[in-house]
Amino acid sequence: MSQLIPLFVIIPLVAAFLIPIIGKFLEGFQKVLTSVAFLSLSVLTVYFICAGTGEPLLYTVGGWEPVRGIPIAIYLVADGLSIFMLAITSVVGFLVSVYSISYLNRFTAQNNFFALLCLMMGGMNGVVLSGDLFNLFVFMEIAVIASYALVAFGIEKQELEASFKYQVLGGIASVLILFGVTMLYWKTKTLNIADAGNILRTSQDKSFVVFTQLFLITGFGLKAALIPFHAWLPDAHSSAPSPISAMLSGVLIKAIGIYAIIRLFFNMFTLSDEMAVTITALGAVSMVLGSFLAMYQWDIKRMLAFSSISQVGYIVTGIGMGMIILARNGDQRVAALAISGGLFHMINHAAFKGLLFLNAGAIEHETHTRNMKSLGGLSRSMPITASTSMGASLAISGVPPFNGFFSKLIIIIAAIQGKFYLLAALAVLISIVTLAYFMKFQKYTFFNRQGARDRKKIKEVPFAMCFSMIVLAVLCLGLSLLIFPGIREVVLDPAVRVIMNASEYAPSITGF
Amino acid sequence: MKGMSVIVKKVAQLLSGLIFMYGVYIITHGHLTPGGGFAGGALLAGSMILLVLAFGSDVMGLKKRETGSSIIENSAILVFILFATIAMLVGTRVFFHNFLPGGTLGELISAGVIPLYNIFVGMEVGAALFTIFLALVIYKEEVLK
Repeated sequence: MSQLIPLFVIIPLVAAFLIPIIGKFLEGFQKVLTSVAFLSLSVLTVYFICAGTGEPLLYTVGGWEPVRGIPIAIYLVADGLSIFMLAITSVVGFLVSVYSISYLNRFTAQNNFFALLCLMMGGMNGVVLSGDLFNLFVFMEIAVIASYALVAFGIEKQELEASFKYQVLGGIASVLILFGVTMLYWKTKTLNIADAGNILRTSQDKSFVVFTQLFLITGFGLKAALIPFHAWLPDAHSSAPSPISAMLSGVLIKAIGIYAIIRLFFNMFTLSDEMAVTITALGAVSMVLGSFLAMYQWDIKRMLAFSSISQVGYIVTGIGMGMIILARNGDQRVAALAISGGLFHMINHAAFKGLLFLNAGAIEHETHTRNMKSLGGLSRSMPITASTSMGASLAISGVPPFNGFFSKLIIIIAAIQGKFYLLAALAVLISIVTLAYFMKFQKYTFFNRQGARDRKKIKEVPFAMCFSMIVLAVLCLGLSLLIFPGIREVVLDPAVRVIMNASEYAPSITGF
Repeated sequence: MKGMSVIVKKVAQLLSGLIFMYGVYIITHGHLTPGGGFAGGALLAGSMILLVLAFGSDVMGLKKRETGSSIIENSAILVFILFATIAMLVGTRVFFHNFLPGGTLGELISAGVIPLYNIFVGMEVGAALFTIFLALVIYKEEVLK
């Protein structure tokens, strides 16, 4: 089965480079190929999840065997956490590509859009699968550079400005990450994550490790848009075409930001109390400030972008609490609960935030505005958009029986059991604030009839867009099933096990 | 963009061939000497950029060239991926495995697939840099209009 791992990188890359050639001569080729490619990735992921083995699957690119136990090849590693991330990227990617089929009709240069989308997908899959620090960086750059171009896709003034801002901050982040990787290479003489983990575990040089960790956390924090580093996100995510916003908010910041932080700080570095507290603090600050900033927005997509910061804060807080408990040798069960809450919220956030951005795209597609003040009364003319966005809003605000309720509940229970009472209180409070601004969104966009004159022409969006929104809305309900033991053990538990048994990652790859 | 004087044109004509040949040399000897696909590809792009600068953009019909170089770029990288994928089907069946015989050390035709990778990376880099240059020139022309 490990023979199939490179396909996750090959399929999107081949699609990305076939589109500019054949798409020039064949109308509609780019749309069909992208959807088929992403669908096959989703099928592959489902196969990997169902076949789920306890051991991580290894793939040595080029077939170079380790010399005296030291890995020299580039490793691709598919363990529980990677497959969990692949599930998020490929399913959301498939739905976004179907949605784009209709959404893109008013744009020119469709070939470029779909080629860049495939390239971004290939980059993200590479980041998630790579067992090698430098390849992680290279794949991250592939994904991020494709996303710079996609943010600027509308080439209006606002979009170019947002893309420029994103490029500058993204460039700074990349430099910091590259510097961190270089420092690690200089010290450990290896780029393999598992091998570096083995060496760092026996290393005595604590100040060096902290120095490198600070670089990496700043770099990946910028990519994940945690709060002191969030300045690019509201502009970039609101100016991009809506399917891309869904991709950026739903998948990209998780795959290259949070995933990388988890992988490096749990599986490579030994857990330290200071770093765990730093990560949790960053998460908590993002959680609180992001939601208060979102309250004052009148632009739908800007509000959703700020809300992404807040929800990412939830994920990082959950995982950070688990990290603190593990670093202090606390109760393992509480740590597992906190981490599974974080990961559960990650997959939930991909579903409902993806859906909300697609809703915002549908609204913009029909009314040509994103300003809530000039919208209103859309629930009658756009029933599918209205009902799906109602579902997503309830899910993100944590109303049962939607998925957001359960993941937030798990995080709050874990916070109370781990005696983080302040964090638990904040999580509850922010959940209420989230409900408040999504009520505002619902009221002004779909129910307020005052601005509803001249709304006769507005119709529901085409089938392809409705299809993606409905599937994501069903996922918002269906992912609640992940709390039931039978399903949780297949999807969520392998990923949690990788994080919980953090120090077993390196031995399972290098063999010692 | 207008062309330059006769002297510049003539010198550019004479030089660009040499630069192009040097690029090809760097690419084909990538597995033996310093340099390789990327460095040689940059030289290939340089020789063509020199010609466009000397002769100006009106003469050359830039848009057609941009399409052409973008197609070359995409096909080169597709062939590159194809080689890497063929390795999954033959021999030890590993992605990026060097499936051709190694040959003798120091010979021009040796090192298995690596010279082929170098050639296609060279094409890719040359075409990509040239496409970027042309895109900038075309953009400037359109803005000036």
